[in-house]
Amino acid sequence: MSFGPFLLLALMEGLVTAAVLALAASGLSLVFGVMRVVNVAHGEFYMLGAVIAWFVTTLVPGPAWAGFLVALAVAPVAVGALAAAADRLVLRRLDYDPEATIVATIGLLYMIQQAALSFYGPDARPVAAPFDWRLQLPWFGYSGYKLFVVLAAAVVLLALWLFMTRSKVGLVMRATQVDRDVAQAFGIDVDLVYMAVFGIGAALAAVAAVLIVPIQQAHYLMGHDPLLLSFIVVIIGGLGSLRGTVVAALVIGLSDGVISMFFSPTLAKILATLLVALVLVFRPQGLFGVRDR
Amino acid sequence: MSGAKVWALHLAVLVALFAAQYLLPPYHATNLARVLVLALFAMGYNLAFGYTGLLSLGHALFFAGGMFAAGLPAYHFGFSAGPALILSLLGGGVLAGAVGLFALRTAGVSFMIVTLMFAQAGYLTLIYFNAWTGGDQGFAVPASGRSLFGFALSSDGPRFAVAWGLFALGFLVCLALVRSRFGRVMVAMRENEERSRLLGYNPFVVKLIVLVISGLYAGLAGGAWALLFGYAGASFATIQYSILPMLYVLLGGAGTVAGPVLGAALMFWLIELASGLTSAWLFLVGAALVVLVLFAPKGILGWVREKVWRGLP
Repeated sequence: MSFGPFLLLALMEGLVTAAVLALAASGLSLVFGVMRVVNVAHGEFYMLGAVIAWFVTTLVPGPAWAGFLVALAVAPVAVGALAAAADRLVLRRLDYDPEATIVATIGLLYMIQQAALSFYGPDARPVAAPFDWRLQLPWFGYSGYKLFVVLAAAVVLLALWLFMTRSKVGLVMRATQVDRDVAQAFGIDVDLVYMAVFGIGAALAAVAAVLIVPIQQAHYLMGHDPLLLSFIVVIIGGLGSLRGTVVAALVIGLSDGVISMFFSPTLAKILATLLVALVLVFRPQGLFGVRDR
Repeated sequence: MSGAKVWALHLAVLVALFAAQYLLPPYHATNLARVLVLALFAMGYNLAFGYTGLLSLGHALFFAGGMFAAGLPAYHFGFSAGPALILSLLGGGVLAGAVGLFALRTAGVSFMIVTLMFAQAGYLTLIYFNAWTGGDQGFAVPASGRSLFGFALSSDGPRFAVAWGLFALGFLVCLALVRSRFGRVMVAMRENEERSRLLGYNPFVVKLIVLVISGLYAGLAGGAWALLFGYAGASFATIQYSILPMLYVLLGGAGTVAGPVLGAALMFWLIELASGLTSAWLFLVGAALVVLVLFAPKGILGWVREKVWRGLP
C-alpha cells in the first residue's frame, strides 16, 4: 500500500477512536461542568457498559443485531442508575467537596473493578458486531460497523447538545452549572439535578463502551485507557466545555490514529500526558476554552 | 504537652516496633519489614498531604524513581546497597523537585491531576525503556547489590534491621520537623495560604521544600523496597502506589506523626487477612477509601487528637 491510502486508513481508525472518545469524554466533561466533580471512576462506568453488553448479548436469543440493540438500551440505563445511586449515597454526603469526592471515586473505581473481576472474570470476551457489511475501497476493505460507530456517536452527541441547549431540563442543568445557589433559590431541586447529571455522564460512557465492544473485547481492566484519554480530552478542550471536548476528541483521536500507525504508541502516550500536565499548569482554561468569568 | 513526654512516647513506639521482630513469627516479621518501608513512604506522603495540604496523586513516581535509582545501578553496574540507597534519596528528591516546579503552580483538583499525569508519564517512560528497566516484568536485584557493610539484606535479621533503621530515621526527622518553626509554617499553608503569604512567607517555596522532603522519603522507601525485597518493576509506578500511601495516611490519621505507620500496619494485615478469605482484596481497598472519607476523614489518631489528647503531634 502506498503512503496515501495508508494515511487514509490511519485517519479512519483515528476517527473511530475520536468518536468513542468524544462520547466518553463528554460524560466526564458534563459531570465536571455542572457538579465540579472529577469522576475518577468514569473509566469503570465505561467498562461496566461493555461487560453488561456482553451479558445482554449472550442472554438475548436471535440475531446479533437484536442483542446489540437491547444492550444499547439496557447498559446505559443500568450504569446510569448505579452512578445515580453512588451520587446519592456517597458524593452528596461529602457535600461535593472536590478533594474528598476524588478520593471517594477512587474507592468506587477499585470496588467496581474488583466486582467485575469477581463476577465476570479475568478473560477478554468478544461481542458479535450487529452486522458485518464491508466497505470496499480501491486499496483496502473497511468494516462498515466502524463507520456506523462514528455515525452513532455523532447522533448521540447531537442529541446531547440539543438536550442541553433546547430542552427545559437542559436549561435547568445549565442554570445549576452557572450558579448553584441562585438556581436553588429559584426552586430548582439541585440535588436531583446533580443525581441526574452524574447518571447521564456515566450513561454516556456506557454508550461509548457498547459501541466499541464489537471492535474491542470486553475486559475488566478496559476502563483505564479511556479514563486517561478522557481526562486528556477534557483538559485540552477546556474543563466543562462540551464543544471544546468534541474538538479535542477529534484532535486527540486522529493524531493518536496517525501517530500510533507511524510511531511508537507508548511514546505518543508519554508526550500526550506530559502535554496535558503542562496545559493544566500554563493554560488551565484549556487550549480551546476561554478564561472563566 | 511537654516535649520530653512526646519524644519519650515516640521512642517507645520505635522500641516496640524493634522488639516486635522477636515476638512475631518469622513470616510476620518479614511482613513487618514491608510495613515499615511502606510506612516510610506514607510518612513522606503525610508531610505533603497531612501537614501541608498537598493532595498528590503522583507519589508513585517518586517511589518508583527511588526504586530504579537504586535498582538500575545495582543491576547494571554492580553498585552495593550503600551508594544505591543514597542514589534512591536523590532520585526521589530530584523528581519531586522537578514535578513540584510545575505542579505547584496549580492547586486543589488541578494539582491532583497534574501530579497524576506526571506519574503516568513516568510509568510509560519505564515501559518505553524496557530494555533497561525490564518494563512490566521488572528485574530481580542481584545479590551483589543487596549487601550493606558486608551484611546480606536477603537474610531476615539484617533486612529487618535496615527497614527499622530507615523507618526510625524518617520517624524522628518527621517528629522534629513538624515540631519545628518550619512545621508550623507547613500547617499554616494547609490552613490558610493567603494569610501566611500576608505574614511574609512564600507559599511556593515552602510547598516546594515540603514536596522535595516528601520525595526524599518516597525515594528512600522505593530504594529500600528494591534492595530489601530484591525486586524492582514498573508496576510500582502505577496509580495504585500513589493511592496506597494516601489510604494509609487517611486510616491512621492525616497530620499525625505515628498515623502513617498505624494505617500501613492495619491496612496491610487487613488485606492479608482478607486475601486468606477471598481474592477480592482490591474491593476492600476501595471500600476502605469510601468509608474513611465518608465517616472518618480524620483517621484513627486524628480522632485520638480530637477526643483524648489535643497535644498529639
